[in-house]
Amino acid sequence: MRTKLVLTAAAAALMTAGAAKAEDLTLCWAAWDPANALVELSKDFEAQSGNKMHFEFVPWPNFADRMLNELNSGGKLCDLMIGDSQWIGGAAENGQYLKLNDFFDANGIKMDDFIPATVTGYAEWPKNTPNYWALPAFGDVVGWTYRKDWFSRPEIQKEFKEKYGRDLGVPANLDELTQIAQFFQGREIDGKKVYGAAIYTERGSEGITMGVTNWLYNYGFEYQNPEKPYDLQGFVNSPDAAKGLEAYKVLYDTATPPGASDWYMSQDIDAYKSGQVALQMNFAFIWPGVNTDPNVGGDKTGYFANPPGPKGHFAQLGGQGISVVANSDHQEAALAYIKWFAQPEVQKKWWAMGGYSALRAVVEDPGFATSQPYAQTFLDSMAIVKDFWAEPSYASLLQAMQKRVHDYVVAGNGTAQEALDGLVKDWTEVFQDEGKL
Amino acid sequence: MTNPALGRLAKATPPGLAHRLRGLSDRTIAWIFVAPTIFLLLAINIFPLIWTIRLSFTNFRVNRPNEAVKWVGLQNYSRILNDADIWATMTNTAHFLFWTLFFQILIGFALAWLINRKFKGNDLWTTIIVLPMMLSPAVVGNFWTFLYQPQIGLFNYAVAFVTGADPASFSMIADVRLAPWALIIVDTWMWTPFVMLICLAGLRSIPESIYEAAECDRASPWRQFWTLTIPMVLPFLMLAVLFRGIENFKMFDLVVQLTGGGPGDTTLLTSINLKREAFEKWRTGYASAYAVILFVTIYGLASIYVKALNRVKQR
Repeated sequence: MRTKLVLTAAAAALMTAGAAKAEDLTLCWAAWDPANALVELSKDFEAQSGNKMHFEFVPWPNFADRMLNELNSGGKLCDLMIGDSQWIGGAAENGQYLKLNDFFDANGIKMDDFIPATVTGYAEWPKNTPNYWALPAFGDVVGWTYRKDWFSRPEIQKEFKEKYGRDLGVPANLDELTQIAQFFQGREIDGKKVYGAAIYTERGSEGITMGVTNWLYNYGFEYQNPEKPYDLQGFVNSPDAAKGLEAYKVLYDTATPPGASDWYMSQDIDAYKSGQVALQMNFAFIWPGVNTDPNVGGDKTGYFANPPGPKGHFAQLGGQGISVVANSDHQEAALAYIKWFAQPEVQKKWWAMGGYSALRAVVEDPGFATSQPYAQTFLDSMAIVKDFWAEPSYASLLQAMQKRVHDYVVAGNGTAQEALDGLVKDWTEVFQDEGKL
Repeated sequence: MTNPALGRLAKATPPGLAHRLRGLSDRTIAWIFVAPTIFLLLAINIFPLIWTIRLSFTNFRVNRPNEAVKWVGLQNYSRILNDADIWATMTNTAHFLFWTLFFQILIGFALAWLINRKFKGNDLWTTIIVLPMMLSPAVVGNFWTFLYQPQIGLFNYAVAFVTGADPASFSMIADVRLAPWALIIVDTWMWTPFVMLICLAGLRSIPESIYEAAECDRASPWRQFWTLTIPMVLPFLMLAVLFRGIENFKMFDLVVQLTGGGPGDTTLLTSINLKREAFEKWRTGYASAYAVILFVTIYGLASIYVKALNRVKQR
């Protein structure tokens, strides 16, 4: 009731925006390239509203720790939070984000106008219900970049065809991707030893989970029984899922640079830009930077969506929605920012500046697919996304997966089946603790 | 007889304060001075400790303010003590603790022994040796990550130079057998100078006359070392073990930077595990019980050790 009153008041205040008092607003997000673009974009909001924007950006490895501490401690640092998609359940159930349904209705913001996967992933809790806690702010997904210039060399093409009996090009499935990476592993190119692929293996936060799920999904892994929520046995640890985990380990063991045992976004970028690897797994947010890089940018790089596996075609969802922090003293101004940000022309500019808009009017524009070399791959990838748990207990679920998967893939302990059986045990304990089982 | 200086001081004291303090006993004045410290100690140390103990018997989660807190008795303690993963992190911590102390004491004492000799450039070498301990652990962790890099790391090249192996053929932080030793090497590199300084203080506190007397008694250098030097430096060595032991029991930053606890859980130490339980999984009650167990362990071990240290000092 209180929230409704606040939102109604906010909506009324927005209608008389010209008379509104200027306020200081703080937006919290991760410290990465898109955040810098948002600083530039937000200057338009400052000019229009008279509000002063401040930004609190935290590097990815510490982002969740820092921001969840802020939310859980009831801090007032952030008025706007571009939080990770997995936080939505906890933030909604614990009253840390404002529910935005009434605000959206009052201001004509429709969730149908956004890419459906981003609405489900970034805004809804419970999932697949029309309860919105965020506006999709930054669409992101795991995809691949490859050294187009190396792939196009006649001598390399010839050798590849002799070895595998097909042309060297964008892999049609995950097995082909592994073969290509193995083909480049240890190869000498321009007098330098290069390696196959930079993939996610990081242990501390979420890295290896964000990587391995791209294999697991496509080999048949399911988070739960689609007919019976939280029924994990035989879905998380199915024989097919175990094969997917084994396949990821094969890629790690045979086609990654030595010492790539704790790599996530930044290490993968560094390896790719420095010419160490032929292929790079990474979130799409890095593509604008790759495209303009003097060493590997322009025609030297190609992009492709995560290839299919034997049981499906999915890619790990990244990205975030923008929410109003319930504890903020500047909720009206924060809602005004979201209203401004949702406008099609602002979203168009957001894309042009390197931010991945999730607004359909932008991505379905006829010129979008050709607007950047990676735009079509972004569209293809966003059409096949799947996300990790967004439960309030997501952190416990994530840590369990990090441990089990890293222990098998990198440390080489046990078998894939044992790792996934262990994961079922851990996740079952978490859901029992939560009272969901 | 009145001291003229005291008389001048008394005259300089404002009459109001003198008047106010006149009726107070020495004991009361002492309490007035000590009270702020005691208050801070209670607020910052004792109250949180009692609060932690209380929380350890509940299912409280700090990120679930809307959920009712349930009293779970000893359930958290029982789960922790029966959790194989917790015991694995305890084993990792014990391994790390034992070998870092072993190498730091051994090398630290040897360096102190050498530095204690009078030679040209003695001060310069002392300064160079103590440099690593002046660096931030986060910085040390970061640059050792590069040193251990199989393709470009100097460490791998140095090992390859000595053994003839391919530098890229092994990874100190990716291999389950090598990763614990990678941490031990870095911690030893960083903190041996600290042990050296303590040992040096011990060596320099031994009066020269004792050695001169031993010379007169025709004691061999070996005998002087074992019967004079070691017993007299022993309290300092034990102090160094205590400091480094406590520090390494709560080791966090260096390990997070170097390995993040991996590969798998190979280098997951108790402090990192505790932080994950408390501030990533937000199992506050469970993490409180974990913290209480660690506190009792450290407090118990440290108490026994300090008693032994006092006995050695009294000898």
